[in-house]
Amino acid sequence: MRLVVVGNGMAGARLVEEVRARDPRMPITVFGAERSRPYNRVLLSNVLAGTARPDQVRLVTPGWYAEHDVTAVLGTEIVAVDRDAKEVVAADGRREPYDALVLATGSEAVVPPIPGVERALAFRTLDDCRAILAAAATARRAVVVGGGLLGVEAARGLAGRGLPVTLLHLADHLMDRQLDPEAGQVLGQTLAGLGVRIKTGVTVVEVLGGAGNRPAGVRLADGEIVDGELVVLACGVRPVTGLAAASGLKVGRGIVVDDELRTSDPAIRAIGECAEHDGTVYGLVAPAWEQAAVVADLITGYRTGSRYRGSRPVTRLKAKSVELAAMGETHVDETTDSGAEVVRFSHRARGTYHKLVIRDDRLVGAILVGETPVVGTLTQLFDRGGRPLPGDRAGLLFPGVTGPPVADSPVRMPDSARVCRCNDVTKGRIRACWESGARDVEAVAAVTRATTGCGTCREAVEGVIGWLREQEGATA
Amino acid sequence: MAKPLGTTIGSMPITSHPTTEHVKAGTATHCPYCALQCGMIVAADEADGVVRNVSITPRRDIPANAGGLCQKGWTAGELLTNGERLTTPLVDGRPATWEEALDHAASRIAAIRAEHGPDAVAVFGGGGLTNEKAYLLGKFARVAVGTSQIDYNGRFCMSSAAAASIRAFGMDRGMPFPITDLAEADAVLIAGGNMAETMPPFIRHLTLMRERGGGLIVADPRRTPTAAAADLHLQITPGTDLALALGLLHLAIAEGYVDDDYIAARTTGFDAVRTSVSAWWPERVERITGVPVALMRETVRLLGTARRAMVLTGRGVEQHAKGTDTVTAFINLALALGLPGTEGSGYACITGQGNGQGGREHGQKADQLPGYRRIDDPAARAHVASVWGVDPAALPGPGRSAYELLDALGTRDGPRALLLFGSNPLVSAPHVGRVIDRLASLDLLVVCDIVLSETAAAADVVLPTTQWAEETGTMTNLEGRVLLRRRSVAAPSGVRSDLAVLSGLAARLGHPRGFPDDPEEVFEELRRASAGGPADYSGITYERIAEEGGVFWPCPSEDHPGTPRPFLDRFATPDGRARFTPVAHRPPAEDIDEDYPLYLTTGRVLAQYQSGAQTRRIAPLTEAAPEAFVELHPDLAERIGVADGERLQVISRRGSASGVARLNSTIRADTVFMPFHYAAEGRANLLTNTALDPISRMPEFKVCAVRLEKAA
Repeated sequence: MRLVVVGNGMAGARLVEEVRARDPRMPITVFGAERSRPYNRVLLSNVLAGTARPDQVRLVTPGWYAEHDVTAVLGTEIVAVDRDAKEVVAADGRREPYDALVLATGSEAVVPPIPGVERALAFRTLDDCRAILAAAATARRAVVVGGGLLGVEAARGLAGRGLPVTLLHLADHLMDRQLDPEAGQVLGQTLAGLGVRIKTGVTVVEVLGGAGNRPAGVRLADGEIVDGELVVLACGVRPVTGLAAASGLKVGRGIVVDDELRTSDPAIRAIGECAEHDGTVYGLVAPAWEQAAVVADLITGYRTGSRYRGSRPVTRLKAKSVELAAMGETHVDETTDSGAEVVRFSHRARGTYHKLVIRDDRLVGAILVGETPVVGTLTQLFDRGGRPLPGDRAGLLFPGVTGPPVADSPVRMPDSARVCRCNDVTKGRIRACWESGARDVEAVAAVTRATTGCGTCREAVEGVIGWLREQEGATA
Repeated sequence: MAKPLGTTIGSMPITSHPTTEHVKAGTATHCPYCALQCGMIVAADEADGVVRNVSITPRRDIPANAGGLCQKGWTAGELLTNGERLTTPLVDGRPATWEEALDHAASRIAAIRAEHGPDAVAVFGGGGLTNEKAYLLGKFARVAVGTSQIDYNGRFCMSSAAAASIRAFGMDRGMPFPITDLAEADAVLIAGGNMAETMPPFIRHLTLMRERGGGLIVADPRRTPTAAAADLHLQITPGTDLALALGLLHLAIAEGYVDDDYIAARTTGFDAVRTSVSAWWPERVERITGVPVALMRETVRLLGTARRAMVLTGRGVEQHAKGTDTVTAFINLALALGLPGTEGSGYACITGQGNGQGGREHGQKADQLPGYRRIDDPAARAHVASVWGVDPAALPGPGRSAYELLDALGTRDGPRALLLFGSNPLVSAPHVGRVIDRLASLDLLVVCDIVLSETAAAADVVLPTTQWAEETGTMTNLEGRVLLRRRSVAAPSGVRSDLAVLSGLAARLGHPRGFPDDPEEVFEELRRASAGGPADYSGITYERIAEEGGVFWPCPSEDHPGTPRPFLDRFATPDGRARFTPVAHRPPAEDIDEDYPLYLTTGRVLAQYQSGAQTRRIAPLTEAAPEAFVELHPDLAERIGVADGERLQVISRRGSASGVARLNSTIRADTVFMPFHYAAEGRANLLTNTALDPISRMPEFKVCAVRLEKAA
């Protein structure tokens, strides 16, 4: 079994690793159009923000391919698949035979067809990132076109570097695919506080030229000009399906695959952002890696029953001082959707907006803007899907609010309250000790051994003794 | 500002809150229970060989407890006098003389060995045995019986941390610095440990640290008393600690806390680890662990900005089928921050059992010879064989690991006889239902114990032995400090020491010499056997321990001061550098699903110890912690319609156990907790999973899938 992988991004590289982990011998050849070794695209926003260096985002060490007997052909594009001969054809004419072929061609940035767009920089690859950083070093202002996840992260990252940034978005609120209007507004308000100027409901019609080949800004549909010597495009991505389509594979929005990630040619599979499973093209890493694991199971015969049944994507913004998570159904409005139960907590002044969408007692969607300790728990509740929620919905957002009261003063503490855990001493025993003459901690410790274990109850014991002393004073 | 380290070792009190209990004249010794080995004075009245009025007071000259004791320590004397002791050997349940019992056991062993070969006889030890017993037990198995089939319950305890430490540092001294260093730290991360309940006086060191302004971080699925006292509690999903450690390292790199100079000078392999954790960005880890990114970020900030910091692991992260890799991931974090081998900082495993450290060094482990030597190392075999006066070729090779050994008992290729010392696997082994069957299928089960434990009750031959205060021996505490636990009261008539049992059995198996029953004589031989090994005790004597309040190994000669901090100059690897090893997270061996929708995690309560064989026989402890319980979240209780105090049945794929419902709104709603100390239907280990770590062979005690039902 010879495996050929086309695409050496996060999906392709992961697949190679997963296959090698299951089968140390299968011949593997991986083709990558980019020269660089695979890197972690998720961290590009951190590179832009300066919290990761470009050399810290690689996913494979330099010697990995040689050590694991994998043939990596980097900087070489595959231009055709000869399905009859079962060979892929590279741009340089090289042909590579396969028994199993996996397409992991990913997606590419959408570049709007507007005048001057060549002066703008897309934000998609590590090279893009380097180019943006180089331009940012000399630009006085930046414009980010597109207020989706990537655009927000780019704008935040550039603003964090001290560059005045304007974020332009076509829809009426930011991240409109993931967020409802109020969440989008709260996010916008938070970003504004961090130095990002935001304009929503605007269309960019031209990128204006400035000195050299640099941009000077953009023109909006209403004629307004937004200045910027750096224009970053974050207008979304589209699956790269040209090779698949030209090879006669069935292509919808992405390359159509089944639960075994097979395309219309069973010898060819597709994974990651180029694949369309059950009508969905995922733009996140987690589904791609789940798909890679299933394909590795099947190709190596490690787990022949392995199937991909779709993912429950969670969007988690990576931007300093902006906490945001969104998952599942988020646009639900209970006034028009009687099957849904919506729980909301909104506190705009603090940049907080939390929304839970519940159906049949299950969490099916959530938006969490602003820091919250429950983000992990709620994500897991959404992930697991099947677990019914407690009747007390408030506790989901504010755990502990409905918990039992903790007696923190000796007055409110019942006699049965355990004061010293290490030696199992209750308030009642300390009181009894007091009544038989013990007047300080040492005397109480000598009888009850309270405070002699971990020692942390000393203050509590002192508190009880002090309170007993006061009581005595009061009744004397 | 910070006082020079090293000056606090030995006898300096660490607490400003001494107790005022009157100290009776008595014997300076140590507690029978956990690896803290608190110093205590034991005094008693003796008349006509009967011990009465035992009193226990804490010692202040032992840094580990410095005047503190928990309820277990204070009440440890009760078992010396309360009539629960075994004082007569039993053969087939009937009282017998020692001669009869030993003759019977030895002749059956000899017969089984003659018919089926030496590996048909197995030996099982414990991490509570003194160094002398652990040593002699290993020698007894390999020389007197000739079997490779020996292992011990420490496999269920620290084996994952031990394997990870050896992989990274070339040596496993659980805590490679004095415990008093903790008080000087600026930040401490405890991953999967609950010392406030398992070894309370340990907390005193952390309290001092926090009083100085240091930060405490605890990772635990439960809000234990330790977690509740911390500055940060990372309330992790059971079975996901490895992902947490990877996420923390990812953040440490991203936020610039990595100590590049240290990495360049003292380690190898960081490049591959840095690359591998690139795949564990915090938002991904949050989804797996349930720990918010903000808390991970704060954890890394506390550790990364501390001048002195420590990463500690406990059973919570170690008792998993990936325990070795999890500890490795925490060690990688510590190494990246430049902590191990740096004075005042470091990584440590918090050893659990009383002699968990010494017990894993001297040869009761399947793959090991005394001095922490490997049994498959020809040089080690030659050295030990010369001390034992046997041909190296006659020494058996490595045998089965603890659970694999128990699992094989009475099977076609497995042992047919088992000798058990210092362990109670019918409560403490995973999937205990299976172990019950295995023990029942043996031709011979010999159990040495001080009380009729659940396992002793199932034995063909029961040999009643002396306990801690009735015998002398050395214990190596969690710091790697070798301590002297002295005989302080007379033993009841009718009992013999474990050493005497081994001596008597060895003589009957044709080895009248080489198995002395005097502990100091055994220790002298242990010194020679350990000489030159990683755990070198050759410079340690009973006199030195008594004078110095303990001696840190390695100690290769009598004029050597001992080694409080073994990694300051170099690690114990061939090139002296610590080794980074890339590891990846994987889910628990048994994850939750529709049929078994909850995680079960197990652990300890303050007033009980291990299988409870000792502590369940002490009235104040039983009063404080009388029975098995099931801790669960009120939301979960509401769903199954159970109220606090009602009885619950917990069911896994392997069995069913029961306990009283204890509602607690601080536990994760997808997790239930049971303590593992109880017998009969309350045995948490009826439920636990036997999936083993591929390196340490540790079973997955800490997470399995269960469902709950109201008990009928």
